[in-house]
Amino acid sequence: MISISKRNGRREREYQQALNNRLELVKAGFTRRDLIKMGLMTGAGVLIPKVGLTHAYGAYHGDDCDLGNSPQPAQVFVDPMPIPPELPSRPLSDPGLLFGAPPQICPNNAPNPNNNNLPFEGRGQFNGLVRAGSDCFQFFNQYPPQKYFVERIRSNPNFRITSDTNIPAQLIWGYNLGGTLATDVGTFPGPTIVSRYQEPWLIRRFNELPTQSQNGGFGVPEMSTHLHNFHSAPESDGGPCRWFFRGQYFDYYFTAQQAGFASTHSPNGDINESLSTMWYHDHRIDHTAENTYKGLEGFHLIFNQYDTGNEATGFHLPTYPTYDIPIILTDKLLDPSTGKICFDTFNFKGLLGDVQLANGIVQPYLNVNKRRYRFRVLNGGPSRFYELFLTDPLSPSTVIPFWVIGNDGNLLPKPIQVTSFRLSVAERYDIIIDFNQVKSLIGSHTKVRLENRLEQKDGQGPECNVFAGGDPEGTYCVEFRIGAAVADGSVNPATQPSFYTLPSVVAPRITRNFNFDRDNGQWVINDKFANCNEIRFTVTQNSVENWVIINPRDDWQHPIHIHMEEHQILSRVNSGGRHDSHSGDRYGDRGDCNFGGGGGGISTTRPGVPNVEVSRKDVTRLQFDEDATLFFRFRDFQGDYPMHCHNTVHEDHAMMLLFDVRPGVIDNDTEP
Amino acid sequence: MAKMTRRKLLAAAGATTAVAGTTALAGTGNVFGQEATPASKHRYNFKDISPRELIHRRHLPNVDLITQEGKKVRFYDDLVKDRRVVIQFMFARCEEVCPVITHHLAEVQKMLNGRVGRDIFFYSITLSPEEDTPKDLQAFAKMHGAGWTFLTGKPDDILRLRKSLGFFYNNPKEDANRNNHSGMILVGTEPLMRWAMCQGGADPEWIATVIRTEADSPFIGSVGGVTQADPTVRKK
Repeated sequence: MISISKRNGRREREYQQALNNRLELVKAGFTRRDLIKMGLMTGAGVLIPKVGLTHAYGAYHGDDCDLGNSPQPAQVFVDPMPIPPELPSRPLSDPGLLFGAPPQICPNNAPNPNNNNLPFEGRGQFNGLVRAGSDCFQFFNQYPPQKYFVERIRSNPNFRITSDTNIPAQLIWGYNLGGTLATDVGTFPGPTIVSRYQEPWLIRRFNELPTQSQNGGFGVPEMSTHLHNFHSAPESDGGPCRWFFRGQYFDYYFTAQQAGFASTHSPNGDINESLSTMWYHDHRIDHTAENTYKGLEGFHLIFNQYDTGNEATGFHLPTYPTYDIPIILTDKLLDPSTGKICFDTFNFKGLLGDVQLANGIVQPYLNVNKRRYRFRVLNGGPSRFYELFLTDPLSPSTVIPFWVIGNDGNLLPKPIQVTSFRLSVAERYDIIIDFNQVKSLIGSHTKVRLENRLEQKDGQGPECNVFAGGDPEGTYCVEFRIGAAVADGSVNPATQPSFYTLPSVVAPRITRNFNFDRDNGQWVINDKFANCNEIRFTVTQNSVENWVIINPRDDWQHPIHIHMEEHQILSRVNSGGRHDSHSGDRYGDRGDCNFGGGGGGISTTRPGVPNVEVSRKDVTRLQFDEDATLFFRFRDFQGDYPMHCHNTVHEDHAMMLLFDVRPGVIDNDTEP
Repeated sequence: MAKMTRRKLLAAAGATTAVAGTTALAGTGNVFGQEATPASKHRYNFKDISPRELIHRRHLPNVDLITQEGKKVRFYDDLVKDRRVVIQFMFARCEEVCPVITHHLAEVQKMLNGRVGRDIFFYSITLSPEEDTPKDLQAFAKMHGAGWTFLTGKPDDILRLRKSLGFFYNNPKEDANRNNHSGMILVGTEPLMRWAMCQGGADPEWIATVIRTEADSPFIGSVGGVTQADPTVRKK
């Protein structure tokens, strides 16, 4: 029998309750086998509580790779949350950086005799074909690289998402630490890359993935790695059409200057355009969802003289890495036949999982001290929306406030106190949790959990409902276990320190409209289709534009991501009643589901925009029936960039367009 | 029972509040402590099934179909297995979407320069098996200069095929509109477990590029001299 110590009286009661529940369920006519199949009970006869299986709302299809069918570990919150290792920088003499040729301004497209004479470097290829003379690095001589990194993209057949040995090891693809040894395998999340402003860096990535037929059921071994949010030139941006083959490498170079460095704020850029929390991920056109699902995602943090990574200096934000911790949330499906992570490549509406990972581990715990921490929370996709709260599992109705200090990659002007924040795919929030304060709210015990309370039934978008704390349909993502008090030299957000000032908003040269819709099952933007070979419109370099992004539907939501430079949301207007612009039919009618601000309020100057979104952004959640007006500057670089939906399943099918930034070109198309 | 969702189940049994907020209990012999090792008592009967086989079972049913020449074929065994395929849905009386997309595909067929029917196989499957006879499909193909296989079959089989291939909507009203299944084109290489979608409304040049890329790129590039072998991709 289960051995329960006296100190675990509460657990004993819970256990008894679980057994009672099981008896009730059996009485109600559900067999043990049904319960196990539905993931509600373990083989040992123990009912799995809400933490074990969530959102099993979809139809039950038996043994498909589908919501509600995933096998679950016996226990959750038994594995510590891993913190991804930092990618080491390497000397230029590293063999990885000498392979083929040392990094050079123009791509090394010399044929590699050991790779069927494919060019050594994949840069300079566009959708798999070499475009001679293209994609030389912009600004390379002005800002020569000071730091070099290497990553090898590899498979790892022994990756574990839980210590429960009943769930098998997983085949993932990931970025490694740059070494050549076979033991330096790909990991998920990838190593965290840390760089500093004004220290230009270059990263060489090798595609060392196995052949297509070794993909384990999904994944395409053609790579493009996007540094999500940075102000990058197209040749280093890792856009959808700049993927490279197995056996090739690709050099990505970054000036490490803030936006404006070659225009309004020469030579180092506008300090108020500084970024903090970025991430990198695969962006192969048509296959981004499966490739990122397979593990090709990692954090990239950048510090400067204010956001220093040291709480004794600058803005005094909690010290990295001890008290400054990135968390990537991803939801997966496990195959009920094999226990392996599965991905439905035939789904083109959006994919939800029912196994919740944080930093690659099923519902882990994190030991923390009684002090302030900075967490950088990222939604790694593919399709789920989260609204995240702190929940006391023993008293789920207790309201536990915390602070938002950053939205997407950017610190807000000042911290905003909230009780929740909403996170669509690719969005990030930097939050400060003061566990000293939390401890005083939760009483005698020591646990508090990051809980997703947003209801979502399918990959199209969230429902209107935000569950109450502790609702069995919610998901506990991470458990924080509060330990001893330790010294805390970080700034108290309650003192309202100032971070960066929001860059000014000025009159745009032009306002363009973009309608994100669906046409006979095809995603369209302004009724047109994605195409690597079609530049939809041209933006005048160093000009200012407003873009109105429009969702005519009330049954889909789209996180819209625009590469190149950031935007600010000027307004969110619900223009209800348009519904399906093609048939006039009303399909979803999910009502008014806008994010209410999480307790941080709605802006008084920007209609409909929550205060936590009065910031620079690079992903805007486009909500039901919504027109969102975005303000942009397009500075410094030239070339082609995409705008796309970051529900990666929508992105692959192919809710995307390319635009070009060129000096002196005037394109006045308002519906390109 | 099959339709029972977890939410209904929990509601039916009143289990919701009782289990909320607990951690799952381990099996026999396990100390239920904070750092407990998971019990090894719950066993899933996982099988060693290849991912290719799973895709076959779930998405590529071996339903009986009839070509525009009246020939009986099985979807998986005869049409998809070991092949590079391009699959889309249409119906002969379609006035809005299908003519455009079939026209695009006919252009694409020319651009692919003799490969269609040789190492890339195009299939157009009717969404109206009740009304589209093989003769209707033949006439439709001829009218559009479409030199590939058109297919009809039993309505139930076609429905199963359509849903298995992902051409469905959760919303019944949306699902009932045949035009909504006529826009997307499925591009796959079955033995390599590589599947993609492209948009039939897109520029034919781009559709041809996607198909070519999907077909050929797995065979470009090698790591440590290991290339993707092509023994199992069936040609004509």
